[in-house]
Amino acid sequence: MTLLLFLAQTIRIAVPYLFAAAGGALAERAGIVSLSLEGFMLGGAFGAVIGAHYTDSAWIGVVSGVVAGLGLAGMHAVCTLRFKADQIVTGVAINLFAVGITRFLLQLAFDSSSNSPRVAGFGGENVGGALALASNPLVWLGVAVMPVLAFVVYRTTFGLRVRAVGEHPAAAASLGVPVNRVRYAAVLGSGALAALGGTYLALDQHQFTDSMTAGRGFIALAAVIFGRWDPMRAGVACLLFAAAETLQIRLQATQIIPSQFVAMIPYVLTIVAVAGVVGRSRSPAALGRTTE
Amino acid sequence: MRRLFGLLGVLLLAHVTLSFVHPTGAATAPTGDAVDVGIVFDLGGRGDKSFNDGAYLGAERAMAELGARVRFVEPGEGSDREAGLRLLAAEGMDLVIGVGFIFTDDLSQLAKEYPNIAFAGVDYALAVDAAGNVVPPPQNLAALKFREEQGSFLVGALAALVGNSKKVGFVGGMDTPLIHKFEAGYTAGVKAVCADCEVIAQYAGVTPEAFRNPGRGKELALSQYQQGVNVIYHASGSTGLGVFEAARTMKKLGIGVDADQYNEAPGYVLTSMVKRVDNAVYDAIARVVNKQFAGGIYDFGLDKDGVGYAYDEHNKALIPDAVRARVEALKAEIIAGRIKVPSSR
Repeated sequence: MTLLLFLAQTIRIAVPYLFAAAGGALAERAGIVSLSLEGFMLGGAFGAVIGAHYTDSAWIGVVSGVVAGLGLAGMHAVCTLRFKADQIVTGVAINLFAVGITRFLLQLAFDSSSNSPRVAGFGGENVGGALALASNPLVWLGVAVMPVLAFVVYRTTFGLRVRAVGEHPAAAASLGVPVNRVRYAAVLGSGALAALGGTYLALDQHQFTDSMTAGRGFIALAAVIFGRWDPMRAGVACLLFAAAETLQIRLQATQIIPSQFVAMIPYVLTIVAVAGVVGRSRSPAALGRTTE
Repeated sequence: MRRLFGLLGVLLLAHVTLSFVHPTGAATAPTGDAVDVGIVFDLGGRGDKSFNDGAYLGAERAMAELGARVRFVEPGEGSDREAGLRLLAAEGMDLVIGVGFIFTDDLSQLAKEYPNIAFAGVDYALAVDAAGNVVPPPQNLAALKFREEQGSFLVGALAALVGNSKKVGFVGGMDTPLIHKFEAGYTAGVKAVCADCEVIAQYAGVTPEAFRNPGRGKELALSQYQQGVNVIYHASGSTGLGVFEAARTMKKLGIGVDADQYNEAPGYVLTSMVKRVDNAVYDAIARVVNKQFAGGIYDFGLDKDGVGYAYDEHNKALIPDAVRARVEALKAEIIAGRIKVPSSR
């Protein structure tokens, strides 16, 4: 029973990471740095609550969450691809913008700077544990997202093009691949995926609260890097980080390990991975570079 | 490059122009003998359903009952908090109030620069010198402090008496001494009515984000409820909204903090440990109006109705009369000084 609860909790915590990391892996594979996952998630969370609030339907919330993510990702794409702005600077700007705009709109729509009213969500009332998990379609989607992404990246034409523009855009261009168009698609896709992560958070909570993503986008990015830009490995990293968090929640009461140490796990593992301790870690060659 | 400089120039121009624009609701220079009060809100501003709204409520009452004229400044993210305070001080307000411990340093600085203006800081954090003695605030600065541990003690007693379990829960926001104060009072309250009860105390994190992470709050609360806890007290900002969400799914109870949070999850909020920021703000304004203002430390405890627990028609049904009587008796003992509530764990 305890094991089941542990697993259920790990999956619940992992779902937002899985969505956001999928988005991160897609954009980074196309050569665009994904520092803005956090902002996409927050935008998605807010969009979802707006949609669910005005229509009373969780599914419309999912759609509007994705639309919000696409909007922010569109901004990111236009800035970095059309105007060749620095990707890291733009990413940070998108994050700050998302915090500000959601707070502003929250105040405007619900006259509160703290949280929205309660909205519809998935799963019935008073079903805790594993049952609530199984009745939430976003959980199923979250678990499936990495295998699907792996298929897209490695087995489809679009995936091949994504990898090509991320590794050697000039070579891809010379073969007639529309580099910018592929990158636009990848960034928009990453916005939609990360926004689904935010949507899951908001609908699970049945409301939006100010800055509710609380750094999950950065953990997801860490998972992408720890997973060496490979969707399946990144997915495993998400589960690993989530399991560490669950362990911390379960162990904290007993005070065996100081909570500060467990909170460090994702970052320490990422540094270890980047330092090349666990095998060779190589980022997409054209990551962060926007070529003509 | 030239375009960049052009853009910079435009931004600079806009910045300079805007610095001459008064904030919304800007009155003309203070005149007459009505008392002018300026209030700078903490991040979040009005509508936070907590501190800022409490301060606003107190100011509103002061406007109606004392004829004070109050101006509000809502700073955005970052360093313009100090600018807000400075603006109000420079305009010659009689009293300038900063809402939130974050204003501590700025208030101390401004109080020295404007010795003729009264300042007040809600939740002002007192500094401690090398020898461990408390450094008193400047002569013209009132530090408005709350005895959160006393209020937490009472909700702890309530949790243990209503909970019907040997385990009671606590979810804190950021793991800091400020929040340990809530935990310490709560634990003491639990033990006062149930010596063999166990308090499961957990924190959402070690960064300020821990106060804004409802997802985390929900998971912490779910795991506590699954361990047999029936009532959880949270002191964790909007992370606590996740605790209420967990209470809702598990059909258990949560206890709110700072303001009466009943409306966040009707039927699942046993009570709330309320900090009467409104009373403290009203009190500070009243002192200025009555020309009795003096700097120093003002403690708002149970005796002055500075802290307390919510009990009204909403949660009456959840709290039996016998329990209510027991808690009121404990309250009387704390006020009389017969029970000393610890403020650190």
